[in-house]
Amino acid sequence: METNILSVCYLLGSISFIVGLKMLSHPETARKGNQVSAAGMGIAILGTLLLYRTPDGRHLHNYGWIAGALVTGGVIGTRAARKVKMTAMPEMVSIFNGMGGLCAALISTLEFGRLAGGVAFLHPLMILAGAVIGSISFSGSMIAYGKLSGKVKDHAFPGQQVVNLVMLAAIILLSAGLLSGPAGSLAAIFYIILALSLCYGVLFVAPIGGADMPVVISFLNSLTGMATAFAGFLYKNPVMLTGGILVGSAGAILTLLMCKAMNRSLKNVLIGSFGGDKTASAPGKQGTYKEIGLSDAAMVLGYAHKVMIVPGYGLAVAQAQHTCHELEKLLADKGTEVKYAIHPVAGRMPGHMNVLLAEANVSYDDLLETDQSNEQFPDTDVVLVLGANDVVNPAAENDPSSPIYGMPILQVGKAKMVIVNKRSMRPGYAGIDNQLFFQPNTSMLFGDAKEVLRQLIHQIKAL
Amino acid sequence: METILHFIQVNLQMFYVVILSIFLGIEVISRVPSVLHTPLMSGANAIHGVIIIGSIIAIGSVRQDNYLALILGFIAVIVGTLNVVGGFVVTDRMLEMFKSRKGNK
Repeated sequence: METNILSVCYLLGSISFIVGLKMLSHPETARKGNQVSAAGMGIAILGTLLLYRTPDGRHLHNYGWIAGALVTGGVIGTRAARKVKMTAMPEMVSIFNGMGGLCAALISTLEFGRLAGGVAFLHPLMILAGAVIGSISFSGSMIAYGKLSGKVKDHAFPGQQVVNLVMLAAIILLSAGLLSGPAGSLAAIFYIILALSLCYGVLFVAPIGGADMPVVISFLNSLTGMATAFAGFLYKNPVMLTGGILVGSAGAILTLLMCKAMNRSLKNVLIGSFGGDKTASAPGKQGTYKEIGLSDAAMVLGYAHKVMIVPGYGLAVAQAQHTCHELEKLLADKGTEVKYAIHPVAGRMPGHMNVLLAEANVSYDDLLETDQSNEQFPDTDVVLVLGANDVVNPAAENDPSSPIYGMPILQVGKAKMVIVNKRSMRPGYAGIDNQLFFQPNTSMLFGDAKEVLRQLIHQIKAL
Repeated sequence: METILHFIQVNLQMFYVVILSIFLGIEVISRVPSVLHTPLMSGANAIHGVIIIGSIIAIGSVRQDNYLALILGFIAVIVGTLNVVGGFVVTDRMLEMFKSRKGNK
């Protein structure tokens, strides 16, 4: 009876994950979808706590320890998640992902210690897979977190790809050796594999440039999903299996979509080669650029019929999304049509910019995707580029030697006039020059995004 | 060879679940507008926190006097909870802010 109820709990959990993910795919149902998944998770966890029986028919014990851990984790998790700033969201997701990986690795370590002799070959295989994938995901996520928050710089040394491949080969060979031996023996090899996997995670992420971090996080997210699925197999637990596989496959597809949006092959990201060959981008010819004053910019914006705003990471760093929304409202009240053109990789994660703008109450009806935006640029009077760089770089379309060649961009140059707000002429995240700044219909407006926007609002009100 | 065939035979249902879930995951995600990629990644991240069930089972079935295992399990449950709770709360915070002009004004 109890086992039957638990099965129903797991069934509800699995269904809620599927329905939740489905609902997450539409803006209007997204929040409910997340709550549905959370509720399903709650049911599955509660069911496990109260009803689970081990294969030999006993209830769980050590409840004191479990309760202590649940409360500790719950309190820290809630506080961290409530306190984090929206701009630091990618870092936070990376940490939480790493925690999942660590959990998988710890479970495997525990179960390895309990392996009795004579267990079938596939049981240790599941344990090893969980340990290796979980460890890589954990250490990789921690490095990704360090990079996004600026605590870890890019590191690459000559021959790193070879070292990475050798490590991967060593992990596979050692695992094969461990599996062919008697189960539960040779604990030392297991710990060496664990250590190698942790190192591999570090070396795998360390050389990858910041621009590729979204792909990496998505990839690691998918890895943790796989580790969860292996643990699900180990315990023959359907809800862990569905949850893990769903995230694993969804994450893999998301990773591929992101690679496509940024024109990187997944292979390059995986071997960790991108950050190393920065020398390839030759310094482009510096032309002359035009500057525009604040009052002129205000005048142009104030009398435009149609304005497109292209926000980038610079806007987020300056915490200027609220001021930006104020400017948008002011212009809209004057009868100007204002839209936002959002590149899929604006900000630091796909869709990150949408979250930041949503935080400032910008309606998502006003956010246009790349294709829609490119259709509308030709009849746009003024494009205001706020702290974006690589996503509007025409080199992606006309310079085959450029590292971003082939990436779909926002073709802001088609508009009648482009105003680019940047702090300085420094190149963007990918470290390459931007010919857009030297085009005749482009004017530069230097300064911190928030301050510039505030001044613009002031000036436009005075018109 | 025989071990593997036997394993597949015994866990046939599991394999069905795996295959169907793979396609389900692909199907569900390929329809998501890029607007929602970050919340989606975060939501998916919270869902793989279901690994916590494994950690509860693991710590719940070790002997009471095996302190090394208890401590490992204890940490596993803590980090698993962080993944679940943190993941869902962060996702909720993000989605709370998604408002349509139609619904809002």
